[in-house]
Amino acid sequence: MIDTENVPCDTCTAPSEFVFDASDEVSRGWPRTDIELNPFKGDFPLLAEHPDIAFLDSGATAQRPSCVLEAQKRFYETMNANPLRGLYSLSVEATEAIARVRAQIAELIGAVDERGRARASEVVFCRNTSEALNIVAKGFAPHVLGPGDEVAISIMEHHSNLIPWQQVCRETGATLVYLYPTPTGQITDEEIAAKIGPKTKIVSCAHVSNVLGVENPIAELSRAAHANGAYMVVDAAQSIPHMALDVNALGADFLAFSAHKALGPMGVGVLWGRAELLDMTDPVYTGGEMIDSVTEQGATWAPVPEKFEAGTQDAAGIYAAGVALDYLVNKVGYETVAERERALVHYAMSRMVELPFVDIVGSIYWDRHHGAISFNIRGIHPHDVASIMDMDGVCIRAGHHCAQPLLTWLQVENLACCRASIAFYNDKNDIDRFIESLNHVWSVFHG
Amino acid sequence: MGNLYSSASFMEHSSHPDYKYEMAAPTHAHDGINPSCGDELTLTLRVEDGVIEEASFTGHGCAISQASADIMADLITGESVGEARRLSGLFLAMIRGEELSEEDYDDLDEAAQLKDISHMPARVKCAELAWRTLDGMLDA
Repeated sequence: MIDTENVPCDTCTAPSEFVFDASDEVSRGWPRTDIELNPFKGDFPLLAEHPDIAFLDSGATAQRPSCVLEAQKRFYETMNANPLRGLYSLSVEATEAIARVRAQIAELIGAVDERGRARASEVVFCRNTSEALNIVAKGFAPHVLGPGDEVAISIMEHHSNLIPWQQVCRETGATLVYLYPTPTGQITDEEIAAKIGPKTKIVSCAHVSNVLGVENPIAELSRAAHANGAYMVVDAAQSIPHMALDVNALGADFLAFSAHKALGPMGVGVLWGRAELLDMTDPVYTGGEMIDSVTEQGATWAPVPEKFEAGTQDAAGIYAAGVALDYLVNKVGYETVAERERALVHYAMSRMVELPFVDIVGSIYWDRHHGAISFNIRGIHPHDVASIMDMDGVCIRAGHHCAQPLLTWLQVENLACCRASIAFYNDKNDIDRFIESLNHVWSVFHG
Repeated sequence: MGNLYSSASFMEHSSHPDYKYEMAAPTHAHDGINPSCGDELTLTLRVEDGVIEEASFTGHGCAISQASADIMADLITGESVGEARRLSGLFLAMIRGEELSEEDYDDLDEAAQLKDISHMPARVKCAELAWRTLDGMLDA
C-alpha cells in the first residue's frame, strides 16, 4: 500500500534511524526566532494564569486572547439586539457589526472584486467547518453530481470533510475517490493525474492535515479540478491559524473554516463560496431570517448569504471572531506566527528524534509540519500516554483525531496516535516539559 | 489517576497479565470493543456447575483496559456466576462515580483501585470494557 522506495517510511522506521537532511533545512532557512522569549503568553488569560499547563492541543481548539473575551462581553454590553430584525438603532448597530466582520473576512481571504472591494456577500456564517462543508455537500453537490460521477478527496480528511461526501455520493450514485499521499505526506502530481479526470465533479481537500500537519497542494488540485470542469472545495480549518489564505491563489470555489481554531469563539464557522455557486446552492436549514416572502404553501429565499443563515446567529461570537482574526493577522501577523511555529516545531522534533521509543507519524521533515506533530510511544497506548502527560500538566490529544480512514491507511497500532499541536503562543518551556513528560511516560512502563 | 499509573500492582496487571491467554475448552466466549479507542477484547470462561472455574481474555488495548480485564479475571475465578454478576454490578457502579460500602470495596479487592477512573470520563470506557463484556456474555 505504501510506496517506500526512495523515501523513509515514517510510520515503521525508528526515529533514531532518521537523519535530518541538513542541506534541505539550510536551503529553506533555519528558524532563528528566540523561542525562550514569549511576548504573547500574557495576552492569553488561561495560559497566563495557569503556568502549570503546557497547552499543546491548539489543533483541537486555540486559546483565546483577552481582546476576544472582552469583545464578546462588549457586544452584549453595548450593542446587544437581534441583528437584521430590529428597525431601531441598537439592532442596526448589531447588524453593521456583523456586516463589518463579513467584509473583513472576505478581504482576509482575497474575496475581492476587480477594484479591491470585499465581496462580503460571499461570506456565510454558520457554526463550524463541519456545518459549512455540509452546506456544500447537501445544498450544492446534488446539483452537479449523478451516477457515474466522482468526488475526489484525500485520505487525510477530517471526518467533517469525509462523511458529508460519503452521504451525498450514496444519495446521488456518485463514487467517492481517494487521493493517497507518499509516506511523507505528499500528494504527487502523478496521484492528482490518476485520480482527477473527466468523471470528477468535485474535489475537496484539507489545506493542512490535522494529523500529519502537512500542507496539501491545493493550487495543483484545483488546477486539475478546473481543467476537468470540476469544483474545488477547501477545508481550511487547520490552515487559517497558521498561514494567510487567498482563495484566488488556491483556486478555491468553496472554502470553510472555524473561528475557534483561529483564536475566536467556539460556535462560529465560515463558509466562503463564489457568488454564482452560492446562488445555485440550496439552503440546508430553513426558517427565520432566511426568507424573502412566505405564503401558506410556499416561500422564497432571501439573497445570499442570508438564505443560509436561518435563525438567530451567534452575533457576539461573530463580532469576537472579527477581533480574533484582527489580533492574529494584524497584531501578531502571519509572518511572526510562522516564524515562531517553525522554530518550535523544529526544536520539538529535534528533541523527539533523540528519544528511541518515539515514532513520529508523517514526515520526518520539521518544516512540513504546520503546527501538528503526531507520534506514538512504542508499545504504549496513546490514551495512556495522554493520561500520564496530563499528570504532568501537558495537554496533548490522543485517539483517531476524527480521521479514522487515515489511521487505518497508515496502519498505526491501535488505529490511534498522539498529537502535539503547536501555536505561536507556545514557547521553549512548553516543549521542554513535553519532552520531559515523554520520558516520564516511558519510565512509568519501563522503570 | 496519579496513584493508578504509579501502582506497582496495577502496572503489573497491565504489563504481565496472568489471565491473558487462549483457553483450551471454554464454555463461554464473548467479544467486546471500544470503537473510539480501538480496544478489542475476547473474554472466555469455563463454567462448571454454576461456578467459574477458569477465566481468560485475549485482545489488545490501553493499560487501563488490559489491567482491568486481568483484575476482573482474577476476581471472578472460583466465584459463582451469580456472584460474578454482583461484583460486576458493583464495579460498574463504582466507575460511574457511586459510593460503595466498605464491604463492597473489600469484595472488589484489587479492582477497587480503579475507583479514581470515575474522575476521568475519557477513560471510563477503557476500565469498563471487560466488565461490560462479562455482563453481555452472562445476559446472552
